[in-house]
Amino acid sequence: MDRYLNIEQAGMIFETRNGAFTALRDINLTIQKGEFVTLIGHSGCGKSTLLNLIAGLTTPTTGYLFLSERQIVGPGPDRGVVFQNHSLLPWLTCFDNIHLAVERVFAETESKAQLRERTQRALELVGLATAAEKRPHEISGGMKQRVGIARALAMEPKVLLMDEPFGALDALTRARLQDELMRIVTATGSTVVMVTHDVDEAVLLADRVVMMTNGPAATIGEILHVDLPRPRERLAMASNPQYLAARKAVLEFLYQKQLKAA
Amino acid sequence: MIPAPSPTIPVTAEPAPAGRAIATVVAHTAAPTRNAATEQAAANLRIAVRRRGEIAARVAAPLLGLVVFLTIWAAIAQMGTIPGPAKTWEAAKVVFSDPFYKNGPNDQGIAWKIGGSLSRVGIGFGLAALVGIPLGFMIGRFLFLRNMFEPVISLLRPVSPLAWLPIGLLVFKGADPAAIWTIFISSIWPMVINTAVGVQRIPQDYLNVARVLKLSEWKVFSKILFPAVLPYMLTGVRLSIGIAWLVIVAAEMLTGGVGIGFWVWDEWNNLKVENIIIAIFVIGVIGLLLEYSLLLLAKRWQYD
Repeated sequence: MDRYLNIEQAGMIFETRNGAFTALRDINLTIQKGEFVTLIGHSGCGKSTLLNLIAGLTTPTTGYLFLSERQIVGPGPDRGVVFQNHSLLPWLTCFDNIHLAVERVFAETESKAQLRERTQRALELVGLATAAEKRPHEISGGMKQRVGIARALAMEPKVLLMDEPFGALDALTRARLQDELMRIVTATGSTVVMVTHDVDEAVLLADRVVMMTNGPAATIGEILHVDLPRPRERLAMASNPQYLAARKAVLEFLYQKQLKAA
Repeated sequence: MIPAPSPTIPVTAEPAPAGRAIATVVAHTAAPTRNAATEQAAANLRIAVRRRGEIAARVAAPLLGLVVFLTIWAAIAQMGTIPGPAKTWEAAKVVFSDPFYKNGPNDQGIAWKIGGSLSRVGIGFGLAALVGIPLGFMIGRFLFLRNMFEPVISLLRPVSPLAWLPIGLLVFKGADPAAIWTIFISSIWPMVINTAVGVQRIPQDYLNVARVLKLSEWKVFSKILFPAVLPYMLTGVRLSIGIAWLVIVAAEMLTGGVGIGFWVWDEWNNLKVENIIIAIFVIGVIGLLLEYSLLLLAKRWQYD
């Protein structure tokens, strides 16, 4: 089995004013190249913490993480991150936001014209070639998130990490971006780890749904394989028994086994 | 004994008859317009009335304020101690008729006086910006420096500007450098503090972008730190310029030389009160212009 992204016995303990807080414990997960994995769980279950560990933005207090056999010790452009609130720099145009990332990764090996072409291609990939010279505040929330995805993908990362990327969007925009993301991921063959709290999103997009138990001291509860063929049509899925069964399994995990007092 | 309800009685009030759709889609048609032309005319009228109200609020109210101000001034002038608007206007015509005359080092036209004051402010404020803004960046970026400088800043910031003047006279042994020093030391604080606050308030998201991309220190500064802090910095600059302009008038009264502040003092000694009033207006207008131009500059760098 191709151990592309490998998490071994990872745990995370935060030092707080009220003593040590165990956020994650005993996380073991192996993700293959080209796999789409969604992390789902109730809020506070540490799914974003796990994503930050993979991103290298935080270092685990126990255990190890490896990306293509090399230990993750800090953040780096081989892991493209799409943040929940897009995190575009408001003083740069969409083009320049992406170009900043492209420049960082490819400036040593490619000419300026090639870098510009890469940036342009990334914008075209997410269908925003016309918005290149716009500033983030001039475009809609969905468009911003698409620029964020373009920025992450333009670095040609080994893994694309997405932290509730569509959480702040309305349902219709979210659905459109999910479809678009599936198309892009199929086209680029990206490996994706996405944090979500939306059951449909988790099942529709994923090859595997990783379900996390409630915190504190959260860990992986169950892993569900979604063997639906791609491309997946949203409308066809609505009546697909296999899809509905997968959806039900996730719902059962969240609302029976891990029911959380509100 | 109460008979159990017969199971044949339907529980729901009225089950949907077979064959009829439960949800029906009804096409939405617009209500017929009564009279498009009259409605449009009425709307136009409402807009015109509202616009007229806005113009009145924008133009008439400030004008009224000025009229009230002039009336009160004229009324007070009637009591005899200070010259009224008319007398001041006549004196102003004389002052502004020849703004560029030069009769020796201490008797020069209004333009030279304004220029002298502005150049002192420019030098003192410029030096303050040169020192204060980088200092603010460092204090904002490094906790150790913040803890180190905080007590000193808290101690020096509330000191009245003119208290610094004797130190300047003593150290620099000249009136002009002492005035510039006073401007420097009293206008530096808003720039230090606002820049430092700006650095501390940079959203973590932007810094995470920098970390994920592993940007070089220079890129972090030029693409993230500096643009993010710029609005805060410009607020500091605006406050500083305001302070510098306040201070220069007072400093010049004490140090002398060609400048608007010393002019006030000089005319007090000459007992030409209408010129003092002219000076007050000139000081006010220039302060206003400085403030306004910096506001325009700050608007240029607003991102949202």
